[in-house]
Amino acid sequence: MEIVVLVKQVPDTANVGADAMKEDGTVNRAALKTVFNPDDLNALEMALEIKERYGANVSVITMGPPKAVEILKESLYRGADKVYLLSDPKFAGSDTLATSLILKSAIEAKVKNFDIIMAGRQAIDGDTAQVGPQIAEKLNVPQVTFVTDVEEVKNGKMRLSRLSDEGTEIVECKTPVLLTVEGGVNNPRPPRVKRLLKYVNAMSSFQMNEDWVTDEDVEYLKKRELEIPVISFCDIVVNPEYIGLAGSPTRVKEIHSVVFKSIETKDYPANQDGINNMMKELVSEHIIG
Amino acid sequence: MEKNKYGHVAVFIQQHNSKIEAVSLELLGRATELAKELDTKVSAYLPCEKAGEMTKALFSYGADYVYTIENKELKDFRSLPYTKAVVEAVKKDAPCIVLFGATRTGRDLAPRVASTIRSGLTADCTELKIGSYTDNKAGKTYEKLLYQIRPAFGGNIIATIINPEWHPQMATVREGVMKMREPNTSRKGEVIPINVTFSDVDLAVKIIDKVIKEKKVNLTGANIVVAGGMGVGSKDCFCKINEFAKIINAEVGASRAAVDQGWVSKEHQVGQTGVTVRPKLYIACGISGSVQHKAGMDQALKIIAINSDPEAPIFKFAHVKIVGDLNTVIPMMIEAYKKIDVSKK
Repeated sequence: MEIVVLVKQVPDTANVGADAMKEDGTVNRAALKTVFNPDDLNALEMALEIKERYGANVSVITMGPPKAVEILKESLYRGADKVYLLSDPKFAGSDTLATSLILKSAIEAKVKNFDIIMAGRQAIDGDTAQVGPQIAEKLNVPQVTFVTDVEEVKNGKMRLSRLSDEGTEIVECKTPVLLTVEGGVNNPRPPRVKRLLKYVNAMSSFQMNEDWVTDEDVEYLKKRELEIPVISFCDIVVNPEYIGLAGSPTRVKEIHSVVFKSIETKDYPANQDGINNMMKELVSEHIIG
Repeated sequence: MEKNKYGHVAVFIQQHNSKIEAVSLELLGRATELAKELDTKVSAYLPCEKAGEMTKALFSYGADYVYTIENKELKDFRSLPYTKAVVEAVKKDAPCIVLFGATRTGRDLAPRVASTIRSGLTADCTELKIGSYTDNKAGKTYEKLLYQIRPAFGGNIIATIINPEWHPQMATVREGVMKMREPNTSRKGEVIPINVTFSDVDLAVKIIDKVIKEKKVNLTGANIVVAGGMGVGSKDCFCKINEFAKIINAEVGASRAAVDQGWVSKEHQVGQTGVTVRPKLYIACGISGSVQHKAGMDQALKIIAINSDPEAPIFKFAHVKIVGDLNTVIPMMIEAYKKIDVSKK
């Protein structure tokens, strides 16, 4: 069975410090720590559990800047079989529609005959949850979103549980299929020491092209399968008019940081008289009572 | 898709067992306002098993045209058949805007529809406006675009997204942020039926079983919300929040921190990753007031914050500030409330 897991390196938006916003109201990405998108770790864990139960080849693909190789190495430490860094300046500025087209093309180029594509429900930077369903549409495969559990994989069919607006559903579908995995549904395994020691020195093709790397180094890395392949624009078949900023239907008109605008605040002392007065006020304003 | 600036403002209608979801009616309310600014009409797309009385309800809440897509395969939501139904409606109607509720259903369906018709989509909007945009590089001005406004980056920024060239302009919109209008049962409109047929490929996903969870929490519709955060301190203390809420007829909300501690279930979570509320009164107990939490509650008419830390960020946007210990302040509030109750009787 061939499983593809799509992951993303994201700024840690849950732990944003005061220096995260520049004075002009734009995001100061340099000040933000990057993390493995939490829901994607749940997707990877689910894929590795399927691999353990039924046997599978797990490929991990991330689209991002060269630095995103970090989460590919983390995926290798945890048990991924093959990883790919999808990176090209031509991809920059892509919105979800353009991103899904690039990822679809990369999957077609690198993983022939995939059975299951898995991704986290959403990334914590954009919170859109759109790229998964859009890739499914572009690959012309069905999608099952908000998956919480894989009950069975058998004879080209999967039985899954998912969250719906009304509660939970058990669904059955044929493979190939794309799943988006709900956050927090499993406990992602930690890196294995043996795998960490093997892959800690893995390098992306970008890094291997740096000046200090010698031919001998390259040979060493390749022999030990420590090269993380980069997929660039010329490795995939995609219409350049539909990718990047120019190929994206949506534009960011403006952004501004959430400033705590001071409003008129009334102080009431924390004693019974104070609270009584506050309550009376609420009643007179028809807010309570 | 081809641009049609005279196209309607369309709303995907989400229904379950022939009951229309509140968010769809909220969106019809906003759609009528947007349509007025654009000098156009409102369409509702209703994929379902049998439309029945639902069309009348949609007219009374603001729809001018209801596109009914009836088929027994549309009884329950499934991505592929619903995508086909909505895409057919979009092709026939050629709208300028299509809105979906940002429910699980909407967030599964909208991206698939957008991808099929190659259109832009913005997720989880909290505000929609009409405005112009000048592309300085191209030296081009676009009139009457849809501003799709949403928090991003974990609620740290508010972004305004537009789709200048590719139409229709599509967005999913958070539940509870738009106002439903008063139904007018004398309003009439036109029903336009659309036929769709499904192949085996469309029906690849089968629902084997369903466990319906009754929605016990109705935060989005609540008039008063009492919410607890990290400052509540323990699960036992959180029970006092529940008690207080019960006495004053309020719903219980919580910050993410309190949910993560396991003091209260996830369905009570207010904020960026929880629900958005706009009650008349929001009483924040022991909540520091992160941007993520603020994103879900700052539309409240009145915010009372109780916190032992006088420097807590929540005091910057609360209308009433009480610095003190919850365990003494809450009983005082109950006491004061009971007095009012008695005096009114």
